[in-house]
Amino acid sequence: MALGGVVALVACGAGVMAEPARTMRDAARVATVTRPTHDFTTPEPYEARPAGAGTLQGARFDQPLANLPDRQGMEFVLGEALFEKLWVPAPSSTRASDGLGPLFNARACANCHPGGGRGRPVEPGAITGQVLKLSQPGGLLPDGAPAGWHPMQPDRMLGTQLQDRAVQGLSGEGGLWLDWVEEPVQLTGGSVSLRRPVWHSDADIGPRTATSLRIAPQMIGLGLLAAIPAADLRANADPDDADHDGISGRVAEVYSPYAGGWRMGRFGHKAGAATLVDMSASAFSQDMGLSTPLFPHPWGDCTPAQTDCRRAPHGVDVGLRDGVEVSQEALELVSSYAGALAVPARRDVGSPAVLRGKQAFYGAGCPACHVPKFVTATRSDAPAHSFQLIWPYSDLLLHDMGPGLADTRAEGLATGTEWRTAPLWGIGLTAQNTGHPARFLHDGRARNLLEAVLWHGGEAAPAREHVRKMAPDTRADLIRFLESL
Amino acid sequence: MPRMLKAYVATTALVCAPFMAQAATPSPEDVIATYADIAQAGYEDSLSTAQALQKAIDAFVEDPTQDTQDAAKAAWVAARAPYQQTEAYRFGNAIVDEWEGRVNAWPLDEGLIDYVAPDTAVNEENDLAQANVIANPDLSIGGQDVDASEITPAFLSDTLQEAEGIESNVATGYHAIEFLLWGQDLNGTGPGAGERSYTDYLQDDGCTNGNCDRRAAYLTAASALLVDDLEEMVGNWTEDGAARTALAEDPEAGIKIILTGMGSLSYGELAGERTKLGLMLHDPEEEHDCFSDMTHLSHYYDAMGIRNVYEGKYTRTDGQVVEGPSISDLVADAAPEVDTQLRADLDASVAAAAKIKTSAENGMAYDQMIAVGNDDGAELVEGLVDALVTQTRGIERAVAALGSDIEVEGSDSLDNPDAVFQ
Repeated sequence: MALGGVVALVACGAGVMAEPARTMRDAARVATVTRPTHDFTTPEPYEARPAGAGTLQGARFDQPLANLPDRQGMEFVLGEALFEKLWVPAPSSTRASDGLGPLFNARACANCHPGGGRGRPVEPGAITGQVLKLSQPGGLLPDGAPAGWHPMQPDRMLGTQLQDRAVQGLSGEGGLWLDWVEEPVQLTGGSVSLRRPVWHSDADIGPRTATSLRIAPQMIGLGLLAAIPAADLRANADPDDADHDGISGRVAEVYSPYAGGWRMGRFGHKAGAATLVDMSASAFSQDMGLSTPLFPHPWGDCTPAQTDCRRAPHGVDVGLRDGVEVSQEALELVSSYAGALAVPARRDVGSPAVLRGKQAFYGAGCPACHVPKFVTATRSDAPAHSFQLIWPYSDLLLHDMGPGLADTRAEGLATGTEWRTAPLWGIGLTAQNTGHPARFLHDGRARNLLEAVLWHGGEAAPAREHVRKMAPDTRADLIRFLESL
Repeated sequence: MPRMLKAYVATTALVCAPFMAQAATPSPEDVIATYADIAQAGYEDSLSTAQALQKAIDAFVEDPTQDTQDAAKAAWVAARAPYQQTEAYRFGNAIVDEWEGRVNAWPLDEGLIDYVAPDTAVNEENDLAQANVIANPDLSIGGQDVDASEITPAFLSDTLQEAEGIESNVATGYHAIEFLLWGQDLNGTGPGAGERSYTDYLQDDGCTNGNCDRRAAYLTAASALLVDDLEEMVGNWTEDGAARTALAEDPEAGIKIILTGMGSLSYGELAGERTKLGLMLHDPEEEHDCFSDMTHLSHYYDAMGIRNVYEGKYTRTDGQVVEGPSISDLVADAAPEVDTQLRADLDASVAAAAKIKTSAENGMAYDQMIAVGNDDGAELVEGLVDALVTQTRGIERAVAALGSDIEVEGSDSLDNPDAVFQ
């Protein structure tokens, strides 16, 4: 069968999926088990295990799925070593694995995802996992682009991202600094101050260039998100809000270099990547200046205008490492490592405060986008990811989040105001995994979960208003619930 | 003293017929006792060779010459042989694993300790990656001023080791000493190891690279500390030692620990992180004993240590043999063909590592084997990876044969999908 042949090519939940159709019996069971609960007196069955059988009994973000087959243990170890590896510039006398830069933001994947967690806003002298994405409107429409695609091209001078670091002999493109503007918000029972970043840079950013300030997302459960059947995600989309609930939800169709075709975007703050291999290759290229078979330019994000950068030494040796700086094997190992990271078990699922908070979460309408649960596709080649009841609290769709969170940069189908629903699993364990104060939302502006909620606008404005007007005790319970995820 | 169970060996030698084997099947208690005896002997040998190393280092520091430096290096190499054979104990025994970082932590940001070449890649996540404590009596660790004017064992173990919680701040153990004896290997994947001169330790105007007094103090302190740490580990395996007692509490669980340790070292650690990764990247920085170019010995004795544990047999540095009832006996009783195969697999791994060792001793060091374009070298290294992977499958079959439950938790979701929902 053709389908079986395709499935056999896929490794470890990271790849391009050809999903075998569910049997009617399984489909019915999935429909039953993923139906939203109405009972908040006790936890739901398996609710404490957000990654299903792969759930980690522990709190860390850098551990393998508990049900990962033994034989994938080495892949995990190798992928982890590559994820933590400090790359060096070419040519290097002491190292053969070189090719960093010429321009870069980080030397290792782990620089931006400390402990497997998310990044944080820029700090002087540190690598924090925050970048400024750049683009200009215009350029060619890619072949096969769906209607509504926003053509964009790199900033003519700086490319698609501001790289603040460079190898010796070159300069970084410029620094990035933040000012914070505080804005008070009134709540029932008091007020809080929200802060909004205003960035400055001494880089030569074009006047028409659109920008987006981003922090690196957390890594946990990515392989399980990859394994959710696309049909189940698409079923939640309602681009024209046909049901008039105020929630649209759009699928980000993106071109996947790995799959060689258009697929549903799942990863990144605007769901710009369809697979973990695409996501990893793009990070290698843009964040570290390392070429892969998917993005084979050794100069990474250097533009034709940056002639010194294009001419700088690179780490490509003909006939080695697939003729690029990071071989296909290494790329797939990193991607499968990302796909094999477990989600920690929830804490306190049965605590009365958490259950009251869960009820408040449902009552405010949050699950409309932060969809609690899915069942992953059945895949005999990836048993750890196969047919698991998972609890990511995300629909992986694009939603209009209003002007408060908007950037000026459309990306693919996503407009400046649209963002992919962030998965909430593990969110309460952020600080203890990253070793830094937890910062939330796409640019890390929120200093705690309540601030993150209060920044919600657009389609989420009614839910936010619900929270703003909540009795303080109920709001505290809501936060307790989020922290238990 | 470890118990010598030669009488037992004589018995099994006679008992060949399967129908009689049952009578000779040892109890888990006996198997655990052998395991602990071998641990004790291995750590005692590690201790005595470390004491010899300390002596050689004292002599070198006292009178730095090419000869005394060579003698200290030879003592370091000799000390690695018994120690690497104990590595199979690290995986699964919490008491060993928690201690191990003090003596064998790797990889390290060696710029913490001493001078490094200017183009050494810097770990920007580590403020101390270039702290060079030998050159800097005043340090700042985590924003606190630290007095490093006296380099003592306590300073290394309590202040510098894993400073700021960063694992690559390795201040103590074999690899710190290795760096202080050999220096950085700046030859990449070409011939040659670290080329530190004995003059780095001269206490007069001949001193090279500065701070020879502090360098000597560091080396002396690190070797004293290694001896202390090994003394502690020997104590854990004596008659009432904590590690031995912990295993004896639940011998059935102890068997699981033995197998977990064998499998973890074989697969993820030795085949994966220490071997396959370096070959894939052709990167000598991923080499385990990268200053001395003694990785071939490190791998060889690791493979041998895994076999020792399975077969319940260890040849001490003085030639004495410690042996007794083994996990092999248990597996042979449950599934003779599985035992035969696993013994062959373990022999094949030791043989593959021996080929690497022979090649290294004949002039192609491990870092040259993983060089770009060295097909012969790659074949040798891949041979070890393949043998270790095969051996890991054999270990899994042994586990299955014993009906032990170290299968990965939760893998029933495929066999029994209802488990997810019921």
